[in-house]
Amino acid sequence: MSDWRFHLRDAKGTLSAAAVFVLLFALYTLNHPAGFSANVVQTAANKGVLLAFVAVGQTFVVLTAGIDLSVGAIFILANCLASVLVTGTPAHVALGLAAVLAAGLACGLANGALVVYGRLQPIVATIASGAIYFGLALWLRPEPGGDVDSTLADALTGQLAGGLPASVLVLAAVLLLVWVPFRRSLLGRAVYAVGSAEASAYLSGLPIRRARLLAYALAGLFSALGGLMLAFFTYSGEASATNASTYTLDSIAAIVIGGVSLFGGAGSAVGAVFGALIFRTINDLLFVFDLDPLWQPLFLGLVLLGAVSLGSLRLLRLKNRLELFGS
Amino acid sequence: MTPPLLSLSGIAKRYGATRALDGVDLALHPGRIHAVLGENGAGKSSLIKCMAGVVQPDAGTMTLDGTPVRFADPAAANAAGIVCVFQELSLIPDLSVADNILAADPPRRFGLIDRREQRHRAEELLARAGAEDIHPLALVRDLPLSRRQLVEIAKALGRRPRLLILDEATSALTARDVASVFRVLKDLRRQGLALVFISHRMGEIAELADDCSVFRNGRNVATFPAGTRSDGEVVEMMIGRDYSHAYPAKPPPVPEATPPALAVRDLGWGDRLHGLSFAVRPGEVVGLGGLDGQGQRELLLALFGVLRGTSGEVRVDGRPVALASPADAKAARNGIALIPEDRKTEGLMLPMSVRENLSFASLGRVSRGGVIDRGAERRAVDEMVQLLAIKAADLDVPVASLSGGNQQKVVLAKWLMTRPRIVLLADPTRGIDVGTKAEIYRLLRRLADEGAAVLLYSTDYAELIGCCDRVLVLYGGRIVRELAGDAITERALVASALNMNGAEAA
Amino acid sequence: MTSPMTPPVTPPVTPRLDPVAPAPSRVPAALRRADPAVATAFGCIVALLLLGSLYSTSFLSPDYLLQQLQVGSFLALVATGLMVVVLLGQIDLSVPWIVTVGGMMSTAAAGHGAVGTALAIPFGVLCGIGFGLVNGFGVAYLRVPSMIFTLGVDAVAQGLMVLKTGGSAPQDMATPLMRDLATGRALGPVPNAVWVWVAVGAATLFLLGRTTFGRAVYAIGNREGAAYLSGVRTRRVTLVAFAISGGLSALAGALLAGYSGKAYQGMGDGYLLPAIAAVVLGGTSILGGRGSYLGTTAGVILITLLQSILSVVQMPDAGRQVIYGTVILAMLLLYGRGNKVGG
Repeated sequence: MSDWRFHLRDAKGTLSAAAVFVLLFALYTLNHPAGFSANVVQTAANKGVLLAFVAVGQTFVVLTAGIDLSVGAIFILANCLASVLVTGTPAHVALGLAAVLAAGLACGLANGALVVYGRLQPIVATIASGAIYFGLALWLRPEPGGDVDSTLADALTGQLAGGLPASVLVLAAVLLLVWVPFRRSLLGRAVYAVGSAEASAYLSGLPIRRARLLAYALAGLFSALGGLMLAFFTYSGEASATNASTYTLDSIAAIVIGGVSLFGGAGSAVGAVFGALIFRTINDLLFVFDLDPLWQPLFLGLVLLGAVSLGSLRLLRLKNRLELFGS
Repeated sequence: MTPPLLSLSGIAKRYGATRALDGVDLALHPGRIHAVLGENGAGKSSLIKCMAGVVQPDAGTMTLDGTPVRFADPAAANAAGIVCVFQELSLIPDLSVADNILAADPPRRFGLIDRREQRHRAEELLARAGAEDIHPLALVRDLPLSRRQLVEIAKALGRRPRLLILDEATSALTARDVASVFRVLKDLRRQGLALVFISHRMGEIAELADDCSVFRNGRNVATFPAGTRSDGEVVEMMIGRDYSHAYPAKPPPVPEATPPALAVRDLGWGDRLHGLSFAVRPGEVVGLGGLDGQGQRELLLALFGVLRGTSGEVRVDGRPVALASPADAKAARNGIALIPEDRKTEGLMLPMSVRENLSFASLGRVSRGGVIDRGAERRAVDEMVQLLAIKAADLDVPVASLSGGNQQKVVLAKWLMTRPRIVLLADPTRGIDVGTKAEIYRLLRRLADEGAAVLLYSTDYAELIGCCDRVLVLYGGRIVRELAGDAITERALVASALNMNGAEAA
Repeated sequence: MTSPMTPPVTPPVTPRLDPVAPAPSRVPAALRRADPAVATAFGCIVALLLLGSLYSTSFLSPDYLLQQLQVGSFLALVATGLMVVVLLGQIDLSVPWIVTVGGMMSTAAAGHGAVGTALAIPFGVLCGIGFGLVNGFGVAYLRVPSMIFTLGVDAVAQGLMVLKTGGSAPQDMATPLMRDLATGRALGPVPNAVWVWVAVGAATLFLLGRTTFGRAVYAIGNREGAAYLSGVRTRRVTLVAFAISGGLSALAGALLAGYSGKAYQGMGDGYLLPAIAAVVLGGTSILGGRGSYLGTTAGVILITLLQSILSVVQMPDAGRQVIYGTVILAMLLLYGRGNKVGG
């Protein structure tokens, strides 16, 4: 049995994203004045991991053929919340951590409820709920500031033995704890099925409502994890509107680059992680090539447009033009 | 004989004005394969839906193991051991074959899906379905239709059925796959399952069935042990219907010498259409017959510029034309109209008003420089509403609020407003009431009399007989028979549709 | 890119019936379809005004209300273009930077002598149309989901503007005409910006209600397959719709530059989400095919009014965001629910 063929196909998007990332990152470190050093890697990892968390969150929702435009706001809310709660005695810190993650989960669940029970369109529902979450963040932190437990922060953002960035390890551990079981659960299967063919999923008896709720809840949880990490990097919280919307939009770009289909049903969180890392590395590349930083946004935009337009090649194979319209 | 597993008595089901099932009695025994035959619309699919819990009968009782049952949904029927392999596939394209086969009830360990065990069971089930060659890790999306059908059968087997219903489960299969499915079905029969098998292929029924029931007009007209009637007798039972529809009289045939409005030569498209050649002259109504899904739909779409990569030549009024889009086909120089098959998704914009729908295809005629002349639009719309006697409380209500028959009239009227010279129709009377049907027949004849060339695909044989001057019968994307005038009989249509004469055209 | 819900615009606006509402003898079909939503939106406008007048009677003074209409007109231009795209069942996320393109390119043109000054606004709008065409091409012909393609175009627009302003320091001062259009009052007490809104609104009403293009937009939003099978060149319609959206965003940018005297980076931030909210609150379905311009007008007024009241009562920004989001969700739950699908 040539199973590898199928496993390869399943992982194609993820693997190509990984390959592109390795290539870009090699290019980056080779040209970096400091070379391939632990510090360079750590800095890059810390930037990438933040977006990676949010992108993984977005992945869950997009797999159901939905979209969550509030991930950036939840990210910021968690950041501000952490700057208030994750400090003090170890017990306080632990409680604070739990509270931040619970808040993210609750925000996500609320989104899910709006979509599943409120029957609102994900795009408008999450725009509006995002405003609320951002408002709460602003209420917590009208001015940037606060504090987080620096021992914990340093441990999670520093280097481990061998120069391995701890933040990457945190990301990997969370993925292992959440993504792997998700992928092997019935609800996880239902998430994919809902995005692929909702009617068939219903006919097959899959729990499609719970699947949707779970997807939005996990999106909230992962965005909050990202916000928590941000607090650990900056030792503070900031209700930055710019960051909120940038992270929301970059998360969409990252998952598309990472091979997640915006039509739902296909893609993986690991791909999304690499998508996020690629997106961040492109930024850094421009820097090491001494390209005027002014070129950066244009270059990013063109890369994004090019990447998403590649999918249009499938149109060439279309024989029945009615299929263009998907009905 | 053992007592029946499931028996139906007096089952009735109506959809609006249509009586889909009318007092059906049926007994299904364990260890036997029961074939159900009937024309399109004879009530077979309604029967299945009632048994599988997709719809609930209006009257009558179902008895399972001697106790009356009523299924609220497919899951309830499932739990009782009744499993159906539907024609419309219930597979999820982005999941693997194994994931699909055990979709809702995979083997689990510690709450998580045990992939190894799932794969093991999927392989087992695929083997039982005679599809060992399908890899359990393949994506359903990547499988051809015939393979998906086998996956669907494997999925049904995974639900541990006591009664397995196969609705034309073999229609998409190749001969080799059919053979393996048959082995499976015979195996299941040996194991004591009750099977209901619906097929249009007489040969299959002869090989497989223990009992046969023939349906007509929502009734079970006869049940008999397989092999006790000849094919001819069975066809007779299927068609013995009342011709209550008023078909308009047919004019004398259009002279052969009349130059055709539409001439098609050697038209092909992928593996769905092969070397189709025919002509339709002005004043003619030409029918497309055959079983459902033999390429009729694709032929109409090809003539309307929807399909890409067609081969062969199409001439309109003697001119070779390249039809790259419906806009091209509709253009005044070609004058082609297509009344599409699914009026709800292809013919109408349901939430938009009757008026907007009516004028939509012919806005060019009532506008100047892109600006709609509302007066002209209103006049044109009113004219059509009168002509077709469309019943709408108000032309500004959403077209969705009209009855099915009136909706279909709106689709027809919408295209008549473009003053087409070639009219293509895909099963225009499906699911509409008898009265409206008769109106549509009269309209088609009138169009032809006024010089239009009409190409009508219908799944209703009576309609082809009543309306058409000639009928082209398609099988496997080819024209296998052309019938004209008095030769268009139900017997000839059914026989050639089943390709019984061995008329396998090369 | 855009700050979530904080639009730069503020204070309230008149409940007086929409200046661009048509006055036909019978109620137009489009209005009747959107009826509950539009009625609710107008009801909310009245309620907000009453609420505001409890706080201060100046909420009902004509001068104050006109001033708010003036502020709302920029959002109105953006929302108008966006609505056309949303009617197709698409979305245009490139609004923020196309607004900026409009502002920066028109002021840049003004740096080229008298001809440049005269052609400043048309040039800015043309640039916006250009970006809109790229959007339309990607969505209609490449069939990339508009959500991601317009996002990419937004980034490209941003990149080009950053490049342009970063290298040199181009002319960024608004022309007298731009200032005048945005802030002047040439005809009576009504600000010129409101007249621009009225003109664009009237043109949009005409376009959506009286032209084959408008019909096609609604039809495509309802069912693109059916529109295609009716012989409509659906891709071209989509292309044009995105061009309109781009052009109107750029026009808003040019006026905004006139309003603040100059063009600057990020001037379009904070217009996207309020514009989406205005369109949706006005009863236009985010799935396309349903919605009236009257509703969008109501939505714009509603959003402008809501923002202004929140700022006038000196609600801190945090509370503003929460109330803003809550009100929108409440209204959506009231009448913006989709049909039940699946199980």
